[in-house]
Amino acid sequence: MSFEPRIVGFLCNWCSYTGADLAGVSRLKSPPNIRIIRTMCSGRVDPTFILKAFDLGADGVLVGGCHPGDCHYSEGNYKTMRRMIMLKPFLRAFGIDERRVRLEWISASEGDKFARVTTEFTETVRSLGPLNWRRPKQPDEALLHATAPASTALV
Amino acid sequence: MPTINIDGIRVEVVDDTTILKAAEKAGIWIPTMCHSEYFEPYGVCRLCSVEVIRGKRSRIVTACNYPVRGNITVETNSEKVKWLRKVIMELMISRWPNVKVVRRMAEQLGIEKPRFISLERNEAEDACILCGMCVNMCNDVVKASVLGFAHTGIKREVVLPFGEQSDKCIVCGACHHVCPTGHIKMIVEDYKGKTPELTLGPKSAIYVPTMQAVPRIPVIDTESCIHFKTEGCEVCSKVCEPQAINYGMQDEVVEIDVGQILVATGYDVFNATKMAQYGYGLLDNVHSSLEFEMMLNSSGLTSGKIVLKNGKEPRSVGIIHCIGSRDTNHHPYCSRVCCMYALKFAHLVHDRTSAAVYQFYIDMRAFGKGYEEFYIRILDEGVKVIRGKVAEVVEARPPHDGQGGLLVRCEDTLAGKLLEIPLDMVVLCNAMEARHDSDAIRKLFTISRSPDGFFLERHPKLDPTATTTDGVFIAGCAQGPKDIPDTVAQAGSAAARILSLISKGEVELDPVRAWIDDTRCSGCRICNNLCPYTAIDFDEEKKLSHVNDVLCKGCGTCVAACPASAITGKGFSDAQLLAEMEGLLAV
Repeated sequence: MSFEPRIVGFLCNWCSYTGADLAGVSRLKSPPNIRIIRTMCSGRVDPTFILKAFDLGADGVLVGGCHPGDCHYSEGNYKTMRRMIMLKPFLRAFGIDERRVRLEWISASEGDKFARVTTEFTETVRSLGPLNWRRPKQPDEALLHATAPASTALV
Repeated sequence: MPTINIDGIRVEVVDDTTILKAAEKAGIWIPTMCHSEYFEPYGVCRLCSVEVIRGKRSRIVTACNYPVRGNITVETNSEKVKWLRKVIMELMISRWPNVKVVRRMAEQLGIEKPRFISLERNEAEDACILCGMCVNMCNDVVKASVLGFAHTGIKREVVLPFGEQSDKCIVCGACHHVCPTGHIKMIVEDYKGKTPELTLGPKSAIYVPTMQAVPRIPVIDTESCIHFKTEGCEVCSKVCEPQAINYGMQDEVVEIDVGQILVATGYDVFNATKMAQYGYGLLDNVHSSLEFEMMLNSSGLTSGKIVLKNGKEPRSVGIIHCIGSRDTNHHPYCSRVCCMYALKFAHLVHDRTSAAVYQFYIDMRAFGKGYEEFYIRILDEGVKVIRGKVAEVVEARPPHDGQGGLLVRCEDTLAGKLLEIPLDMVVLCNAMEARHDSDAIRKLFTISRSPDGFFLERHPKLDPTATTTDGVFIAGCAQGPKDIPDTVAQAGSAAARILSLISKGEVELDPVRAWIDDTRCSGCRICNNLCPYTAIDFDEEKKLSHVNDVLCKGCGTCVAACPASAITGKGFSDAQLLAEMEGLLAV
């Protein structure tokens, strides 16, 4: 089976998240590899979240924020920008390729940009290969079977 | 106050009132040909001559510039006056027999045939009658002092300095306006970069911007106003009885505290010069929709008459839909309103002229209540409706019917035929587009725009008037192209939303807030300066930071920055986000 990268996307509620919505509404093709977490602002993204995501088995992390000057909260995206720069030496220290973390400005009207960025990024991460930083926990067969009926009951 | 007895009628006037004004008060007509209330009496036509009797003495004076002092008796219709007027009029009509104002005055004074033969007889209908109105207008009112008289006696004439076009002339047209015979004309030619030709816009330098303007107060176009060029004129302030005109007014910036804002900045009209194939701006008689609307307006420049540039009525009018809209080269969206106003145009052209009307459309979108019925009515009126996008509008060569005209090339996709239709006038239905400054407005209110450039609503179905910023609402074409009923509906909804918040008196806040755990806060104050809303205070006594719940918007910047993890973003706590991540990456 070919390698399908697992990418976590932290998207700002006001721009990139809406942009992703727009990409969907516009029926634009974007890869299913992006697993989206909504935050109120890209400024909420603690750099440790990114490392934690890698720790949990992600192969890449995308952070989507508003264009400079457009932040819903005035200046949250500037703080994200600075934090991403600060994060880079840490990534190097951990032996993680910098290209696995990408910060993008995607506004609410840029559904096409969202589709393009996610496609590009997925391909980049795919070419970098699996991170294997820490093997994801092997799902416990017995546990899976044990929880399955409970979860279906909830549905 | 002196009392003046005019033809037996007694009038009380203040000192220095002219006899002409007093006669006006008494309701007595005195003929004049060189008088205007805007400048000082000139007394050159002598027609207003009257007989003033003081005691036993009588003398002939000109009523327009004779100031009344003391009690006098005036005869405006005595034999002496009548004889004098007759002579003056006979002299005038013998010199300018065909000038309308002279003929009319002669008729009024009962002169059939002059006794004199003038050596300077001028048979032109628009001859200069040397009334001097233009000279006085230019000197006293406009204060440009360009026009003047030269020579004396029968050689007297109105001239420009040295007989040449003067730099001092501001091309205001006041002389043309005041000339009673039409001798002074505004010629369509480039003169100092100005072309005084037929343009569809405000007719004067002082005007009410739109008939719906609130408040409905006239504004002065300081670039065109004579007063701002020469410090003269001030005619508008002279005629304004309540003295409401103030030339010294300056633009001022007023700061108003508000709690909610409705953004209804409207739209821009697509610039049809971008589509050169339709000849807009290149060919005569190709109009944009708003220009044509101005022509149709009964208070507009043509008083609602549909005319070609040469003043004639068109014999055929073509209306082309979708200029810049439904076109991937420009705007992919449909402007929605064009089909219906194009049908309205067709109806009005059909109503006001005998011209043949053609509609060139891609799809007829008569989508509203009663709209389809209107479309059927237009079809019944005999408007020719052609389905197909027009390829180009060109100058007809050779001109059809011996007159200049336009030629429209298109395909009738229903009949499967290529057509060439000669037309006199073409009206383009320009697309509505987002205002050129909408990006600046968007940044100002931190709201979003959709890909078409219009402002983005919070939700297309559930919340079409609100934006992502609390307290900022949108309505009308700022949100997207829409017609008047839809705009009114949206504006009403937005106003209701705003009023409901006002009457409620309080605002509901999102529960997403930052919260500081006192037991973990070390008082490092990193978060204090991070907050864009200065919602984090520092308690100097306890040495702890504290979040002000009202100011906090819940962005979470401080949560991400806190080195002690003392701050929790409610709804987006570290634990919640980590759990999300774990779930996402579990498989």
